Amino acid sequence: MALLDVQDLKVHFPVKQGLFARASQALKAVDGVTLSVGKGEALGLVGESGCGKTTLGRAVLRLVTPTGGRVFFEGQDLTALPARKLRGWRRQFQMIFQDPYSSLDPRLPVGESIGEALDIHRLAPDRAARAARIGALMESVGLRPEQASRYPHEFSGGQRQRIGIARALAVEPRLIVCDEPVSALDVSVQAQVINLLQDLQRQRELALLFISHDLAVVEHLCARIAVMYLGRIVEMGPARDLTSTPRHPYTQALLSAVPVVDPDSKRARIVLGGDVPSPLNPPSGCPFHPRCPIAEERCRRDVPALRELGAGRLAACHLA
Amino acid sequence: MLTRFANRLFWSLVTLLGTAVLTFLLINLVPGDVARVIAGPKASPEVIQQIHVRYHLDDPLWKRLGYYLAQLARGDLGQSFVTEQPVAEALRIRFPCTAALALLAIAFWMLAAIPLGVLTARFRGSWLDRAVLVAATLTLSLPAFWLARMMQYGISYKLGWFPVAGFRGFRHLLLPAATLALLAVGYYARLIHTQMVEVMDSPYLRTARAKGLSETAVLLRHGLRNALIPVVTILGMDVAFLMGGVLFVENVFALPGIGMLAVQSVFNLDVPMIMGTVLFSAALVVAANLVVDLLYRWMDPRIRSGGTGTPA
Amino acid sequence: MSDPLLAIRNLCLEFRAAEGWVRVVDGVSLTVREGETLALVGESGCGKSVTALSIARLLPSPPSRIAGGEIRVAGQDVAAMSSAGLRSIRGGVVSYVFQEPGASLNPVFRVGRQIRESLQLHRPDRATDDEVVRLLKLVGIPAPETRARDYPHQLSGGMQQRVMIAMALASEPRLLVADEPTTALDVTIQAQILDLLRDLKRRLGMAVLIITHNLGIVGDLADRVAVMYAGQVVEEAPAAELLRTPRHPYTRALMQSVPELGRASERLRAIPGAVPAPGRWPSGCRFTPRCPVARAECSGNPPSLDTDGLRSVRCPYWNS
Repeated sequence: MALLDVQDLKVHFPVKQGLFARASQALKAVDGVTLSVGKGEALGLVGESGCGKTTLGRAVLRLVTPTGGRVFFEGQDLTALPARKLRGWRRQFQMIFQDPYSSLDPRLPVGESIGEALDIHRLAPDRAARAARIGALMESVGLRPEQASRYPHEFSGGQRQRIGIARALAVEPRLIVCDEPVSALDVSVQAQVINLLQDLQRQRELALLFISHDLAVVEHLCARIAVMYLGRIVEMGPARDLTSTPRHPYTQALLSAVPVVDPDSKRARIVLGGDVPSPLNPPSGCPFHPRCPIAEERCRRDVPALRELGAGRLAACHLA
Repeated sequence: MLTRFANRLFWSLVTLLGTAVLTFLLINLVPGDVARVIAGPKASPEVIQQIHVRYHLDDPLWKRLGYYLAQLARGDLGQSFVTEQPVAEALRIRFPCTAALALLAIAFWMLAAIPLGVLTARFRGSWLDRAVLVAATLTLSLPAFWLARMMQYGISYKLGWFPVAGFRGFRHLLLPAATLALLAVGYYARLIHTQMVEVMDSPYLRTARAKGLSETAVLLRHGLRNALIPVVTILGMDVAFLMGGVLFVENVFALPGIGMLAVQSVFNLDVPMIMGTVLFSAALVVAANLVVDLLYRWMDPRIRSGGTGTPA
Repeated sequence: MSDPLLAIRNLCLEFRAAEGWVRVVDGVSLTVREGETLALVGESGCGKSVTALSIARLLPSPPSRIAGGEIRVAGQDVAAMSSAGLRSIRGGVVSYVFQEPGASLNPVFRVGRQIRESLQLHRPDRATDDEVVRLLKLVGIPAPETRARDYPHQLSGGMQQRVMIAMALASEPRLLVADEPTTALDVTIQAQILDLLRDLKRRLGMAVLIITHNLGIVGDLADRVAVMYAGQVVEEAPAAELLRTPRHPYTRALMQSVPELGRASERLRAIPGAVPAPGRWPSGCRFTPRCPVARAECSGNPPSLDTDGLRSVRCPYWNS
């Protein structure tokens, strides 16, 4: 049984037009997503702005209430749980945020930020045990326990991100949703945090839902990748397979757009026209058809379903 | 766009209604028999009784409020208890003076505050900046009536530069407007200063400089336009406070405006006139806020087209 | 050989901080010839952006100052120029494109007007609506007549950046300085903008100085690359050569620490530590504490930039 099972998840935000008008439009941030994450597995969620990946991550943790669909964690339907019961489950899944500068309370010493998690879930019987746990957590992310009494502004961006990871680990979750955890860091520090996540994942059999716009990072870290566009998954499959032979035209364009250091590489250059669309006004039929280089008449009419293409590959394209 | 305007108009009317009710109730808390005011000190009890009947003075409070609101709905503001002049007419005659005074005051303080704000932002930390800061704090703390008296005494009487009181020409408005302006200029100079400082860090000013614009054009054409947007909103809200200051200034300088009228009618317990002046001031404030709202939309195109940003 | 278009020699820039003047750029020399493209690469805090801004003296002078060296644009000394002289080279010789196009455009003016302002300053006889439309077309904006009347917030990020480029080109500069022009944009839009820059370079023949932290975009765009670390240039070479055979340990470590699509690796070779902040630069070679091949002598002797005519490296041991 998969650790996390998301079925046809929808998150629609009502948008009011005008003062007296009722909600006439819905912003379909997530529009029918089905995926699963196994125990100890890392699934990468990739896409550009407006694709809904961040909203999906939050909806999975029920930080945002889904409008439709279900989220199963170890077989338990989270979407059906009342808030009170959900609290108990929250230990199992945690989140790491993008901005290391604003996700830590500047007025709390970092040890306290980590300790808060322990307190909420009553995981430390006394002060000594608590301090020991905090120290151990800080060491596990490569920081020294003595630094627990310092304040966030005394640390660098990379170190703050490590503290965020320590905080997430405090409750011993089974799944961590990482929302662009390295995008705001210096290039030379990104590798440190990526390595740390990889180590922790292996040591603790942690499942990761890794949200990022950076395909290279995702390919390196994750076993499987799901590509999102306008609230839907357009392609999913094993990481290396997907990046070497992408089946969906959007994935192909995305891969070709990733800047590559090797000056001799000869890649098919696919430059998409138009802008990244807004989920307020999604196109008819296949959401990608206005920018798709191989779109046909059918694509304008019918929404392609996410089909199995064999060997664990799925793609939502009439022409894949 | 139209629905938004209609919406605002609706709520403005609700505000006025609320003001009317509140004021009516407040007036009735004041002790004293209105009938005596109307009839005069030497009236006989029968006359008093007649007046009571005529003006429904013996009816319960809620009934009297009902009568008044019904009358308002017909567009009739009533007549003064003291002079029997229609309230609407009295307001109409006195309005130009107040309007001229208010507009002149605003013009004075904005014309002074803008350069002060821009210069102190440009030369932050200089002696000018500090002097304006001190002056602003000082003038903010001055009571309106005290300042008005001091100006009148010092500048009009002692120095003889301006007429002491009354309204026989434009010159008579200058000192009262300057008094009002003095009360507000410090605040606005600092407000514009703060806004300019914030704007000066903006990337688009750097772009303007990179194009080759002179520093003056960068600050005034690109910076000031943006800095003034929130100032305009605050100006709208300040019209309410301005009305308060106008009250004092008109009384001290004996200007025949709405303010004078308001004070006199309170002393006389001239209920219709009190209601009339209060409602009129409230209407003025509401109208000013409506205008500012429209102005704000015109100045900031981001507000015009609605919200931005979609969750990713 | 005529004078280079841009010649920065031994530039030293300092910023005022609580503890006094702090050096941020320490003896940087760069040259850009007519029609040439130089990429200035480095992480945050290395001094690349402030170097670029000082070319047109766009750094505000109280908190910053030029503490040494010279900057010559088209043969003229920028530091000694009058304000009138500066105003004429800003736009007229050197134009800028900045990182966040949304914030770099004035929100209360229509984009057409902002472009026309550039024209009025430098080519007043061509300050017409037609010219504005022509420029918008040049940068690939569809329906340019309508777009010219839009306000910046009505345009997407990619469009905004195109407008900025159009504005920069309006004054027909000889050097375009692009400071992280695609960092804030989505990947597929990045590809569009880089394509556009490549195309414009070819058509208009102008020189380009592009500042970035992403070595991947360098290969496509630049003729030569200069890598900066802690206020100094540590390596300079023709683009293809630097990317194929980087010499300086920092450049190599940087390239190895970035995950590359298709390059399978178990673990990233992260650079330990963090980038040293200005004012806290290590003595001797500034990369010593993090350098994988550092020796005892490195922290004692600050290395000079050795050149063989084509390539320069600030490391005496690069070949060992």
